Amino acid sequence: MSHAVNPHSTPLATLIMVFLALVALTGLTVGVAYIDLGAWSTPVALLIATVKALLVVVIFMELRFGQPLTWLAAVTGVLFMALLIGLTMADVISRGWLGVPGR
Amino acid sequence: MSSPGHNVAHQFDDAVQQRDASTLGMWVFLVTEVMMFGGLFATYVLYRSAYPEAFAAASHHLNAQLGAMNTLVLLGSSLTMALAVRSAQHGARFGTVAGLLSTIALGSVFLGVKAYEYAHKFEEKLVPGPYFVFDGPEGTHAELFFSLYFAMTGLHALHMVIGVGVLGTLAVMAARGRFSVAYHNPIEIGGLYWHFVDIVWIYLFPLLYLLGRH
Repeated sequence: MSHAVNPHSTPLATLIMVFLALVALTGLTVGVAYIDLGAWSTPVALLIATVKALLVVVIFMELRFGQPLTWLAAVTGVLFMALLIGLTMADVISRGWLGVPGR
Repeated sequence: MSSPGHNVAHQFDDAVQQRDASTLGMWVFLVTEVMMFGGLFATYVLYRSAYPEAFAAASHHLNAQLGAMNTLVLLGSSLTMALAVRSAQHGARFGTVAGLLSTIALGSVFLGVKAYEYAHKFEEKLVPGPYFVFDGPEGTHAELFFSLYFAMTGLHALHMVIGVGVLGTLAVMAARGRFSVAYHNPIEIGGLYWHFVDIVWIYLFPLLYLLGRH
């Protein structure tokens, strides 16, 4: 009998707990959408979505057992997404700040 | 029963190195996927910040109940996918095949609901193009929202269709006994892809369906 290539395996109870947490967070995100949080509604929705995404990435995708290089790849994705949206919006928001002729 | 190393390609020292390499390769691919969806998310952020009222008004024309139901269906499919991977890690052939088939079934339910929603949008004349009709002061900007809605959910649905094909292939391979405790990288890789598609939807659901609901 050959030995297991992967010494780690997520316990059944953990998987089910994560699923239930994801369902609860979905209920929460629907619930807060019907409450007037003003300017906070989108940040709260994104915060809940990010908690859900982290649960999927760390537990379901087993990043917690991952090699350092795998972590690096995952963080790179987040970083470049932040650069893409951050720099795009930095341009759009700051366009009116200086009175550049012919803008 | 195959001997240890039977499934190790010649460029790898051992099964562990092979597994680490395939896992890393898949994560790098997923980063490129993040960037592909990222372009659409950046476009969304840009136009929503420019036309917040039009986006909120247009979002009201999406069915939040169906969106929430589909979210639960997709989360359930991620659970069954994780169960399939777990079964594969323990060398349980039946559990692996059952998990993959359940995931395919739930993914198909998601796509069916999506098709129903799309058909409804055609009936309501909310598909961007010459026949787009929107009652409101900002019809053009609402059309922009629906363009993004179809582009983002369409690209996501395309990933689901591909995922169903990949998992179907894996289910056949698993049923034929191609995987073991020593070798099940394809199941883990397929799982990573499926979970990624789930994560995209986790962000799409609140950003598209739940604007200005209060």
